[in-house]
Amino acid sequence: MGVEQKLGDMGVVTTTLENVVNWSRTNAMWPMLFGLACCAIEMMAAQASNYDMSRFGMELMRASPRQSDLMIVAGRVSKKMGPVLRRLYDQMPEPKWVIAMGDCASCGGVFNNYAIFQGVDEVVPVDVYVAGCPPRPEALIHGVLTLYEKVKGEKFKDLAEKYG
Amino acid sequence: MTQIEEVSIDQFKHLVSERALTGETMLLNMGPQHPSTHGVLRLLLELDGEIVVNCIPDIGYLHTGIEKNMEAKTYQKAEVMTDRLDYMNPMGNNLAYVMAVEKLVDLDVPPRAQALRVILVELQRIASHLVWLGSVGLDLAAMSMFLYCFREREQILDIFELVSGQRMMTTYFRPGGVWRDVPVEFEKAVREFLKIFPKRIDEYETLLTKNPLFLDRMLGLGLLDAATALSYGVTGPTLRASGVDWDLRKARPYSGYEQYDFNVPVLTEGDTYARYLVRIQEFRESLKIIEQALNKLPFGPVRSENRKFVPPPRSEIGVSMESLIHHFKLWTEGFPAPRASVYSAIESPRGELALMLEGDGGPKPLRVHLRTPSFDNLSVLPHIVKGHLVADLVAILASIDIVLGDIDR
Repeated sequence: MGVEQKLGDMGVVTTTLENVVNWSRTNAMWPMLFGLACCAIEMMAAQASNYDMSRFGMELMRASPRQSDLMIVAGRVSKKMGPVLRRLYDQMPEPKWVIAMGDCASCGGVFNNYAIFQGVDEVVPVDVYVAGCPPRPEALIHGVLTLYEKVKGEKFKDLAEKYG
Repeated sequence: MTQIEEVSIDQFKHLVSERALTGETMLLNMGPQHPSTHGVLRLLLELDGEIVVNCIPDIGYLHTGIEKNMEAKTYQKAEVMTDRLDYMNPMGNNLAYVMAVEKLVDLDVPPRAQALRVILVELQRIASHLVWLGSVGLDLAAMSMFLYCFREREQILDIFELVSGQRMMTTYFRPGGVWRDVPVEFEKAVREFLKIFPKRIDEYETLLTKNPLFLDRMLGLGLLDAATALSYGVTGPTLRASGVDWDLRKARPYSGYEQYDFNVPVLTEGDTYARYLVRIQEFRESLKIIEQALNKLPFGPVRSENRKFVPPPRSEIGVSMESLIHHFKLWTEGFPAPRASVYSAIESPRGELALMLEGDGGPKPLRVHLRTPSFDNLSVLPHIVKGHLVADLVAILASIDIVLGDIDR
């Protein structure tokens, strides 16, 4: 069931380097094993037997930021956690992406108070927001697939500008 | 955004031993981002080689201001906050809160609602222990436990979704009863779970209980004697594994627990393995309670008839102007509660979860305070990890089953 069987006698395939690189990035995007609050449990559920995110090349949760491409901010970010989160983001190798999972990470959710950042975009740049409190595992997987669409359209030129 | 403060050893002088100051022992951070701290806990470890000399938990990375937020909301609306407190046990938190409100305004709860509450809270206990068992497996590199446990947990979450429409943050219990009656499929779904789950517990036990690798990592670690446990205020399975027979469901029955016949598993070893065994046995006891409650589930209303605190049913709102106004007033203004202070405690999967609620005569609580089990259970950790290896610290930390949402709140 490899690519050989499907393509068979296609001979030569021409494409752009950008397309190939982006395509390969979407198929092995390693998220960081990093949960904050309630959403982390749904993130675990998305990894577990019933939803199985590894179907999308995401079975390897890395506990170290230096080995991960994607940060899923799963839960509320407190004022004490914000600087730590930023440091973790800074430690991730480029290119890197962020998914704000759940209402708290997207906009503060029900916690409009002194202790919680009103959205993690105050701390790190966010690519995809996933709504829900907490989002269902399907919603998270949908968020990931939305990110893939975004990654597939990325240009080297933009990335070079973004990361300097 | 504030920056991370650079710290020097001087700030920890009073917390660590003399040897750390001379550089004989090493200070090491574990967390706040670490796969085995079960959330965002930071442990400052003082190590002599690989031996833990000192362990200083640093909490507050998930401080959410839940107590303060609850004080800014009316009694009905403050309930959604409790779901997000200990996120492994939303049903239990709801129960502690609605029991406090019911006590404050003296509201009756119909027997059917009480039985439904018991069934759902016990299912939640099983779900919580499943997450615990799965993550202990992960911590000790038994990955398959995680996959098995989450398979069964999904079944429980499906039942929650059936009754409330939400998987985790259900807010299904309301002051005076439950939100609405359970659908007809509920009984079938729960019976199905009761049928398959005992076999699944046996499966887990086959994988772990006698597994020599598992025993090596669990036996004789983190010894906690009864006197120390009591002096630190430890509750729940962690306390019962140290030989103290204290379970609020037996000691101070609430929500009709006195009607059900079940045992409280108590072991005397007080080590990590005993805590594991207590939780495995609690699976079976919870199943017993659910089965009894389901067999004699009474028929009747699921919400109190006291219209002063309970909104009128939907069917009435369509035909009666007064009911519509009444419903509107209850949801915009809330109901006043007397100037009094109440305390309600339940046995959560982690221990004694209690809530102090103080009314000031108005529709919002003057003060809400929570006594959360994980906070007290964590306080004993520095005491029981001393002299163990760093690798064993992971097993000991997992065995006391902390939830950071519960600690920091």
